[in-house]
Amino acid sequence: MSPNALLSVSGLSKRFGAYRALDGLSLEVAAGEILGLVGPNGSGKTTAINVISGVYAADAGTIRFDGRPVGGLPIHRRARLGINRTFQVPKPFRSLTVTENLEVASAHSRSGDNQIRECLELLALDSVAGREAASLTSAQQKRLDLARALVARPRLLLVDEIGAGLNPAELQLMAQTLLAIAGSGVALLVVEHLLGFLRAVASRVVVMDAGREIFEGPLDLAARDPQVIDVFLGR
Amino acid sequence: MPRGGWYSVGVVLMFAVLPFVYGNHALLFNMMMYLVLAQGINVLFGFTGYLPFGYVGFFGTGAYGTSLAILLLHLPPLPALLVGAAAAMLVGLVLAPLLKLSGAYFAIASLAASEVVYYIVSNPHLTPLTQGPYGISLVQTYNAAQSYAVMVAVLALALGAVVYLRNSNLGLALQAIREEPISAGFAGINVVRERTRAWLLSAALAGLAGGVYAWHVSVFYPKPVFDLSISVFAIVFTLFGGAATLLGPVVGTLLLYGLYNWIGISQPEYFQLVFGIVIVVLVLFLPNGLMSLLRRIRVDVP
Repeated sequence: MSPNALLSVSGLSKRFGAYRALDGLSLEVAAGEILGLVGPNGSGKTTAINVISGVYAADAGTIRFDGRPVGGLPIHRRARLGINRTFQVPKPFRSLTVTENLEVASAHSRSGDNQIRECLELLALDSVAGREAASLTSAQQKRLDLARALVARPRLLLVDEIGAGLNPAELQLMAQTLLAIAGSGVALLVVEHLLGFLRAVASRVVVMDAGREIFEGPLDLAARDPQVIDVFLGR
Repeated sequence: MPRGGWYSVGVVLMFAVLPFVYGNHALLFNMMMYLVLAQGINVLFGFTGYLPFGYVGFFGTGAYGTSLAILLLHLPPLPALLVGAAAAMLVGLVLAPLLKLSGAYFAIASLAASEVVYYIVSNPHLTPLTQGPYGISLVQTYNAAQSYAVMVAVLALALGAVVYLRNSNLGLALQAIREEPISAGFAGINVVRERTRAWLLSAALAGLAGGVYAWHVSVFYPKPVFDLSISVFAIVFTLFGGAATLLGPVVGTLLLYGLYNWIGISQPEYFQLVFGIVIVVLVLFLPNGLMSLLRRIRVDVP
């Protein structure tokens, strides 16, 4: 394990019945770094996020956050340590207002009202702050999901396909936002199918297939790797 | 005064004063009892989304816990009520793993659990302890005026609890858990602990209501205090008015229990008909209760 890794995952495995969703995945993310996680559908990207964030328990392997094993902690303990995430399909508190959504997260972390205001502005939600979350567009709900995670003052942010369904202008804004978050020292693990979007944000990618890593390095090199091409284009 | 506080004071004062000008004290007492039970359902369903069809189990446990504390421990009624509430919370703690279930599974499991408590309490083999199927007699502590006054206090407590939930981070956290438990976890909320707290608060309210009821009527059989219709009434009153608000369950109880007393006792078949229609209309057109009508015209309902 490199000394400056904030998140260090090794040998992570998760099975659902006979299906191996994760099969010995190892990766590291440093503070301020954006690591992209790519791979074909079913390669285990979202499962990796679910296991690292505590939604599922791993069958084997270790998850170290800031040097400390966190694999046995429940979700809220991981969140309080600074591990947070967004969801592929956003999960806001639908009957609460946008502001209340953020108040819930701020009440249980060390952030105050300033943090809520900043997040509303950063994610362009200030104009809908008083609206019920259920009434937002799906792009707004994605930004609310991210705002909810940010208000909890994360040190590691797991971002699951936040680009899907966004138009080009929204994508560009989202890329800038993620870069700004990383610029403030947060480590990001970004699962994404949109390679253009990923190229704009991630300095390094891990390519997964069948629950394990098959490539690690810059995205442009990944595109020339014969094994990666094989996996994406079919054998 | 927090949001809804003055309404609560008004409701409590109304029930404190009404016995001096209105003669049907049994109606007033039962209405208060259902107001407490409806707010207890509200704490659980409105704020966490669990619908406990077996809610009456806590009521019956409170009635028996209080009665047995009076009969066997020879406690005066007030400390005995605390024993009744504690007994209901203990049953709640034992049943807390049911919260892992969701939707209809939870509703049915809680109903089965309340039946289990009923069959234990009414078991003839336990007659030396619980009087089994022969029921309880508390004639030596009977005091209609005092027990009425204590129910007013329990009503104040129930309304106070919901006012607190409507205005606190705990209430917001519970609603977050109801909407998206996983996101609530990532908001730093200990989902299991907060949900269990709401469950135990709800159990304690029903336990207190059951205990005061036992003291007030002083003679009762096990069947009526574990009767499913108590759960159904409290649930329908809450849903009719609007869960997750303070006023919804109050308005629901006053209107529907008022209707029950108006025609339910003299012409029960008409009441069943009206009650049935009300439930169907409610589910079809107003799933969030009467208060959602007010919210639609942008009235801020406490």
